[in-house]
Amino acid sequence: MEIRENRLEIKDFSLYYHRTKALEEISMDIPEKKVTAIIGPSGCGKSTLLRSINRMNEMIDGVLTEGRILLDAENIYDRSIDVVELRRKVGMVFQRPNPFPKSIYENVAFGVRMGENKQAKGRLEEVVERSLKEAAIWDEVKDRLQRSAMELSGGQQQRVCIARALAVEPEVILMDEPASALDPIATAKIEELIFKLKEKYTIVIVTHNMQQAARVSDQTAFLMLGKLIEYGDTATIFTNPKNKTTEEYITGRFG
Amino acid sequence: MKLDPKNTQRAAVAVLGSATLLTLTALIFIIVFVLEKGLPVLNWSFLTGAPQDMGRAGGIFPAIAGSVALTVLAVLLAAPLGVGTAVYLTEYTRESRLTAIIRFGADCLAGIPSIIFGLFGFILFVTILKMGWSLLAGGLTLALMILPTIIRTTEEAIKAVPLSYREVSYSLGATRWQTVYKVILPNALPGILTGVMLGVGRSLGETAAVIFTAGSSLRMPASIFDSVRTMAVHFYLLAREGISAENAYGTAAALIIAVLSVNLLAYWMMNRMVAKRT
Ligand SMILES: Nc1ncnc2c1ncn2[C@@H]1O[C@H](COP(=O)(O)OP(=O)(O)OP(=O)(O)O)[C@@H](O)[C@H]1O
Ligand SMILES: [Mg+2]
Repeated sequence: MEIRENRLEIKDFSLYYHRTKALEEISMDIPEKKVTAIIGPSGCGKSTLLRSINRMNEMIDGVLTEGRILLDAENIYDRSIDVVELRRKVGMVFQRPNPFPKSIYENVAFGVRMGENKQAKGRLEEVVERSLKEAAIWDEVKDRLQRSAMELSGGQQQRVCIARALAVEPEVILMDEPASALDPIATAKIEELIFKLKEKYTIVIVTHNMQQAARVSDQTAFLMLGKLIEYGDTATIFTNPKNKTTEEYITGRFG
Repeated sequence: MKLDPKNTQRAAVAVLGSATLLTLTALIFIIVFVLEKGLPVLNWSFLTGAPQDMGRAGGIFPAIAGSVALTVLAVLLAAPLGVGTAVYLTEYTRESRLTAIIRFGADCLAGIPSIIFGLFGFILFVTILKMGWSLLAGGLTLALMILPTIIRTTEEAIKAVPLSYREVSYSLGATRWQTVYKVILPNALPGILTGVMLGVGRSLGETAAVIFTAGSSLRMPASIFDSVRTMAVHFYLLAREGISAENAYGTAAALIIAVLSVNLLAYWMMNRMVAKRT
């Protein structure tokens, strides 16, 4: 079998909220174990595109999709796909840190407890520890695992949320502006973490912050009004964009 | 005349303040009035004794048992059904004409006078289904009566659970049922409990619907097919038939204390639950 470099392929994908088209025939290949950033002005469809990759948009009334998104060459919008299964492969980290009002331990254990992986359930403590370590928060919380996650700072909460997503052993991690609610130091920690995580995971990140996209990503996609304007190596996009609009956006002339 | 913001503010404080004061005064007045008349009668043998001579003498133990049994039965029937309906309406269906109709129906049902429920329960449960005046018929009728309240308060409580909790749960690969069971219901529990407690209060205080369906037997019930008399019904009959004003107030005092303790208990439980989740 051929080893695919692009595990995630978006093919002519469109999405409607009722009758408004929010995404227009987007096609892009997302490389494995790389960080792909999605940038663009507010309301251009970044979150919508991201949430299409784990089918979170289905929770919203009146959403309709066209086209395909392939994960390991399988269309995730195919009828035969189990969406629960899909979401275990494609994890998500949200904009606001959103731990459950439970202990740190229970937060991280949640996904494993809900799943059917008997092995992981059997060594839950190990899984929790491994995930917290991967999310670079273990040292800060190891003595207070049974305390409420709500007592942590925003940046710590966000890393616990990342650990919670990692605990179900996803292949792809989607992050929607994961640092936008955090201060610069907490942001730097998250960025460092993203850099480390790409050794193991395919990461797609939405960000408003140009410098952040330039710092953490390998590939950058620029969206505007639901269209993919330009997509390519981050270095190329930021130093030598082909498209005039892209150039204007990244140099901060609008948006 | 135009009021400047400062005076508007003062006026609002005055109006709202006096409204609160009025409510509180009325409440305290009622409680003090009943307790003052009833407490002298209340003692251990009154609470645990059997009534004699139609309630002219003796205690009210069968009525206490009747109240407890009927209320527990009504809540056991209505709470799962009500919570289930609310979960279905909020989590398992999309908003449609059908859900709007169900909601409208529940609201209408909540506004129907209890005597109509009594009549309905009498015709359906007591007569057609041949249950006779019984705990079962009374419990079913009361369950129908408190169902709308439980549905609506549970719905509100479920809607108040942050959307982000659902999103996280689904994003971690939880199924819909797991999300409901592990995330939504635990977080909505304080609100659900409020609805159930409202139902408990309504069941404890109900007379009309109960007389029609559970009857007014003064004997201790041995099964759910026996007729029972609740404290509220006992009070009503003692007072209306002029049997014993003294014991009527004694019963009322016991009833008020029961309702107050149920509410305090619920309040305490809710505070504990809310404290645990933050
Ligand atoms: N639930 C919804 N129902 C209807 N329209 C929606 C919904 N969510 C988003 N939209 C519309 O879809 C478009 C894209 O929204 P989206 O949230 O994806 O933008 P975004 O690029 O993530 O913006 P931001 O940077 O502000 O987060 C917007 O025009 C928005 O109004
Ligand atoms: Mg967004």
